[in-house]
Amino acid sequence: MTSYIIRRLLVAIPTLLVVLTLVFLLVRVAPGDPATAVLGQQASREAIENLRTKMGLDKPLWKQYFDYLTGLVHGDLGKSLISRRPVGSQVLHALPFTLQLTITGVLLGSLLGIPLGILTAVHRNAMLDYLGRIFSLAGLSIPAFYLGILLMMAFSIQLSLLPTVGGGEQGDIVDLLYHLVLPGLTLGLIMTAYVTRMTRSSILNILNQDYVSTARSKGLAERIVIYKHVLKNALVPILSVLGVYSIVLIGSSVMTEIVFSRPGLGKLMVMAMKQRDYLMLQSLLTVYAGLVVIINLFTDLSYGMVDPRVRYE
Amino acid sequence: MEDRRRIWRTFRKNKIAVVGMALTVLIGLIAVLAPVISPYSPVEQDVLNQYDPPGGVHFFGTDNYGRDVMSRIIWASRVSLMVGFFSVLLGMTFGSIIGVIAGYSGGWIEGTLMRFVDIGLSFPTLVLGLVIMAVLGSGLDKLIIAIGVAMAPRFARIAHGPTLSIREESYIEAAKAVGARPTRILLRHIIPNILGEILVMATLWIATAIRIEANLSFIGLGVSPPTPSWGNMVRAGVNHLIMAPWLSLLPGAAILITVLSFNMIGDGIRDIADPRLQG
Repeated sequence: MTSYIIRRLLVAIPTLLVVLTLVFLLVRVAPGDPATAVLGQQASREAIENLRTKMGLDKPLWKQYFDYLTGLVHGDLGKSLISRRPVGSQVLHALPFTLQLTITGVLLGSLLGIPLGILTAVHRNAMLDYLGRIFSLAGLSIPAFYLGILLMMAFSIQLSLLPTVGGGEQGDIVDLLYHLVLPGLTLGLIMTAYVTRMTRSSILNILNQDYVSTARSKGLAERIVIYKHVLKNALVPILSVLGVYSIVLIGSSVMTEIVFSRPGLGKLMVMAMKQRDYLMLQSLLTVYAGLVVIINLFTDLSYGMVDPRVRYE
Repeated sequence: MEDRRRIWRTFRKNKIAVVGMALTVLIGLIAVLAPVISPYSPVEQDVLNQYDPPGGVHFFGTDNYGRDVMSRIIWASRVSLMVGFFSVLLGMTFGSIIGVIAGYSGGWIEGTLMRFVDIGLSFPTLVLGLVIMAVLGSGLDKLIIAIGVAMAPRFARIAHGPTLSIREESYIEAAKAVGARPTRILLRHIIPNILGEILVMATLWIATAIRIEANLSFIGLGVSPPTPSWGNMVRAGVNHLIMAPWLSLLPGAAILITVLSFNMIGDGIRDIADPRLQG
């Protein structure tokens, strides 16, 4: 299995390199000049030219690209064009906030969504099923920023229970959790909707299989049929969807971070975009692509845990 | 004909889908009839009537410039629906062409095209849309392009699979034998065969497109104020959540109801596409 993981990671390198190159070119064709963005429209030509030289923007494109790659190999992501602080340390500072948020979302989504999906599938077409389906359609439809605002209105403004903005102090667990409740709930509820829906359809699919009819006709209790025969076989498709939706969740985490002013990668990215901070932007997008590679790898590895027939070669 | 009736019967049996269809028609009518039904101008300011709470003369209240919130929500429906339909149309056309060409030609063309598709798929659609929007700048046409391009890889993936299996069919072999050119084979034999699957996917993605538009507008990368869009209205209202919560809550509800309606229709379409999951 170790060789499988190593091979998967090696295969990801060329993909990440292409992503990096595309992003490098893309952010440079974007209109607007970072030096002008920093100094404002009124700045003199000379001042702008000076700053461009300082930022390294006067060098030819291939040189900028080469310098960036060389730095990257040495673990140096370069300096932000705007704040002049190293990109690497800013990303490292933001990453935990995003990871804590998305992991909470995935956990909450699985803990609530899988049982809810089983319940709605087993009670298909009953009242409970309708309510569950409407709940999951609503969760699929609500934009993360709106759900965030609704929760903020209820818990922060009306009840004054939880903080509206910020991410808490890294290292102070209580403070971190305190700031994680509302954003985590926002993402968690959205993820629950996706997982409920997918679990329901996986289970319905398997309920139609011959071996389920056989199990029932043997006179097995319905509970045993569901847990031993249905759920076990439904887990692989559920896990694969959990992986796919974790990627969707990264998109929603950007919006959640913005609503709650959480200092994570998403907030950093939108800020970099507005300030035309090329270096920051290209590094962040590469980090995002890297996260997707890792999520996909974890998803594939988890198949083997729930289904012993899966082998990694 | 028989087939169409069966499809309609299946769809009608799903109550959720029928309600979704009715709501969507209603929202469509609101967008088309905006000039007739909106009680005030969506952009006219009235400084004497700032922050009027809902009720009375202004049914949904007024905003910080004294503009009528209901009229703004009605006009903004046009932005959402236009972006929803046209970006999906663009993404579908662009993506399917890539997928079909890749699937039919095979070899290095397929390898190269699908490598790019995989890269597109390795970003959440929203993040991809965000980056393209940052490159293009704001505006309605750019929103449509950004969201359309961001969705194209998903359509390419959907079109690619079935093309691979159709390529091996004997009627394609026959068409080649009588000397049909590749463009003719693609247009006459392959595309009609995968169109159904792609259209199903397209209907499901309209909801997502509308939600992405709302997200981009909320960040401030969508249509620029004073032109109202639901996303930029929610954004403008966030600073007044305590004093005038309706400024964010009402346009947000409009996004939720619209996206939900399209997703409810999608629920019915899924039933038709996969009868095992019915009901």
